[in-house]
Amino acid sequence: MTRYLMSIYQPDGDPPPDEVLAPLMRELDRLNDEMRAAGVWVFGAGLHPPGTATVLRAAGGEVLTTDGPFAEGKEHLGGFTVIEAADLDEALDWGRRLAEVVTLPIEVRPLHG
Amino acid sequence: MGEVERVFRAEHGRAVAVLVRVFGDIDVAEEAVQDAFAEAVRRWPDSGTPPSPAGWIVTTARNRAIDRLRRESSRAGRHAEAALLHAAGEPAEEGAVPDDRLRLVFTCCHPALAPAARVALTLRLLGGLTTAEIARAFLVPEPTMAQRLVRAKGKIRAARIPYRVPREADLPDRVRAVLAVVYLIFTEGHGAIRADLCTEAIRLGRLLVSLMPDEPEAWGLLALMLLTESRRATRTGPDGELVLLADQDRGRWDRRLIAEGQAIVRECLRRDRPGPYQVQAAISAVHSDARTAGDTDWGQIVQLYDQLLALTPTPVVALHRAVAVAEVSGPAAALDLTDDLDLAGHHPYHAVRADLLRRLGRAREAADEYVAAIATTTNPAEKEFFAARLAGLR
Repeated sequence: MTRYLMSIYQPDGDPPPDEVLAPLMRELDRLNDEMRAAGVWVFGAGLHPPGTATVLRAAGGEVLTTDGPFAEGKEHLGGFTVIEAADLDEALDWGRRLAEVVTLPIEVRPLHG
Repeated sequence: MGEVERVFRAEHGRAVAVLVRVFGDIDVAEEAVQDAFAEAVRRWPDSGTPPSPAGWIVTTARNRAIDRLRRESSRAGRHAEAALLHAAGEPAEEGAVPDDRLRLVFTCCHPALAPAARVALTLRLLGGLTTAEIARAFLVPEPTMAQRLVRAKGKIRAARIPYRVPREADLPDRVRAVLAVVYLIFTEGHGAIRADLCTEAIRLGRLLVSLMPDEPEAWGLLALMLLTESRRATRTGPDGELVLLADQDRGRWDRRLIAEGQAIVRECLRRDRPGPYQVQAAISAVHSDARTAGDTDWGQIVQLYDQLLALTPTPVVALHRAVAVAEVSGPAAALDLTDDLDLAGHHPYHAVRADLLRRLGRAREAADEYVAAIATTTNPAEKEFFAARLAGLR
């Protein structure tokens, strides 16, 4: 079995209004339940906006603290799920479901070990 | 070609496929097969070619790989250990070989790999071409191609791209992806008139129909390639210049390839499960039927393009259909059909419009389109052809 990180990439800016978001989150809960029932779900979470991030950099014997996300772009990591699957095809099947529910790009990437 | 080289070309894909199953790892399989062929080069000239060369290669490769992996695993190779463990769980028999190659086809053409990587892997593992040969065929430096292959194999291993025939529900999409890889190899060879790639694509096409005899589109693709290939000798003139279908010396078309391609097209019609490759092959077969360009049954070709457009409603197909319409209903009707196609920058679009405008006597507009065609093609023979047409307008 291999563990896969499924990252959800969302555009910067305000999240969609509640009437759009609420049914979507219900769908997402249902999918997560399904993953748990299938025994593939390992861990997952949604993240606070990138503005809440803090970056630490080790340099010259000290660690510099700065406000904000590490990478500024048009999209950011909005949340993730780690699953355990037999192979990439199985992982991509779940990834496809996730992409359909959240209607955002999903990156599927294997974990070491 | 020497005996070992002949066996290498014929059996490389089969041997690698069996060993990927046995060891669960492409690099181990490739290295083992290379070792076995090196051994064959040393031994066969004296001992003679064994009764079953493919079986000898697979058995030798397997034994060599196990020896090598045992040495490596004692030196802390977790990777080697995994491959040995995998081998222990696999039956030793060399049977069920077609299945192995089919699995390898689906691994090499997995949609999670970049198209260029799919092409390179397919040629390397199933076709048995060397990295240098593939690099030459695609006009990229050898280290670039080597890196592309290493990266693709690394992804297969790390992301666990499976080594198996996809389940029924995914099969249509995945088969389409496989056929697209082989056709891409063929068109790359055809566009640049690099015969080696066309030959290789046809060889792979034959392999696919042997592995998937019930897949009509695999047959359609093979027929399309055979019929296109039949005209290769006449597609260019003595100085490498482009010769259009209408101006080709039909007496020099390869009748053997045409006969084979047309027989497949007839069989596809009988099966009546049409798809885009089959319809394109049927169009090509209609051209092959015409003794002279003037004898071409354009009415039938338009009908086939109608069918193709229904199957694949793309602007490129609509453009090709317009070319056929020009022969039935005249250039003005065809030009109307091209007006709304969103194909600016696609050189065949400009070339088709240039030709239609030229035939309508609208020289100035035709000239603009030839200039656009010259600017957008990368093929020197085509550039020259358009330039000659442009000069002819004046």
